[in-house]
Amino acid sequence: MDVVWFVVLSALIFAIGAAGVMTRRSPLVILLCTELMLNACTLALLAFARMHGSGDGQIFALIVMVVAACEVVIGLGLIVAIYRKRMALDVDKLSELRG
Amino acid sequence: MLFEQILFFVAAIGAIGGALGVVLLRNPFYSVLSLIAHLLALAVLFLLLRSEFLAAAQVVVYAGAIMVLYLFVTAYVGGAAPSAWRGGEAGGIGQLGVIMAGALFIVISLAVLGSSLDALDTRGAELEPGFGSPGEIGQLLLQKFLIPFEAASFLLLVAAVCAVMLARRRRGLDDDPGEAVGP
Repeated sequence: MDVVWFVVLSALIFAIGAAGVMTRRSPLVILLCTELMLNACTLALLAFARMHGSGDGQIFALIVMVVAACEVVIGLGLIVAIYRKRMALDVDKLSELRG
Repeated sequence: MLFEQILFFVAAIGAIGGALGVVLLRNPFYSVLSLIAHLLALAVLFLLLRSEFLAAAQVVVYAGAIMVLYLFVTAYVGGAAPSAWRGGEAGGIGQLGVIMAGALFIVISLAVLGSSLDALDTRGAELEPGFGSPGEIGQLLLQKFLIPFEAASFLLLVAAVCAVMLARRRRGLDDDPGEAVGP
């Protein structure tokens, strides 16, 4: 398969994730859509690593995976904290920093 | 060659279907399950790109560990929101978001297809035998990319400490007095 197929596929997945971030209102689903976008980036990085035949892009993809794991931990911690305060899990209503 | 193409299209359809499921399904629990299917399809694509280690890490770490965290939190927080879409009272904002995402896809595709990277239309460079193997990844991580590796480990440590701080029960700040009593 040509590399360009993988890159266009990753662009499509990134756009789907962006659409989810812009249209959904539950913070959980918005986090999931951010995961989609990060995975699209990983796919693009691996495609370019294959194109150049060097392992550097794979290391970059591995670091992206680490960043995604950190983002999940912090995001889910925030969601659980919001839920404990009995606030609505809705990004349109969570417009104040004050807890 | 033909087998590779069939595998690519099957995995690509699986990945796109999983991604659409994440965005379109109403129940967040089903969204998480759909994301797991998406990640597995993506691991197949990683294998097609000759990155065996990343594919294994994707299945074990991502689909195995991180998604279990998501499933627990989704089950804890609870089911479907009454109106999952922003389009309801906000008018055309939801449709605008979809249009913006479509424009984003078109722009990225134009940028990729219009770039002067000749190698995009090939199958990629010739590979050394050990490309993408755990041995090569480990050697790159510990020699060429030692500082990003250590920075990533420090980032994980910071994230773990932050998660503990966020999940801690604060005395007197919780609304429910029965919940705040604890060690």
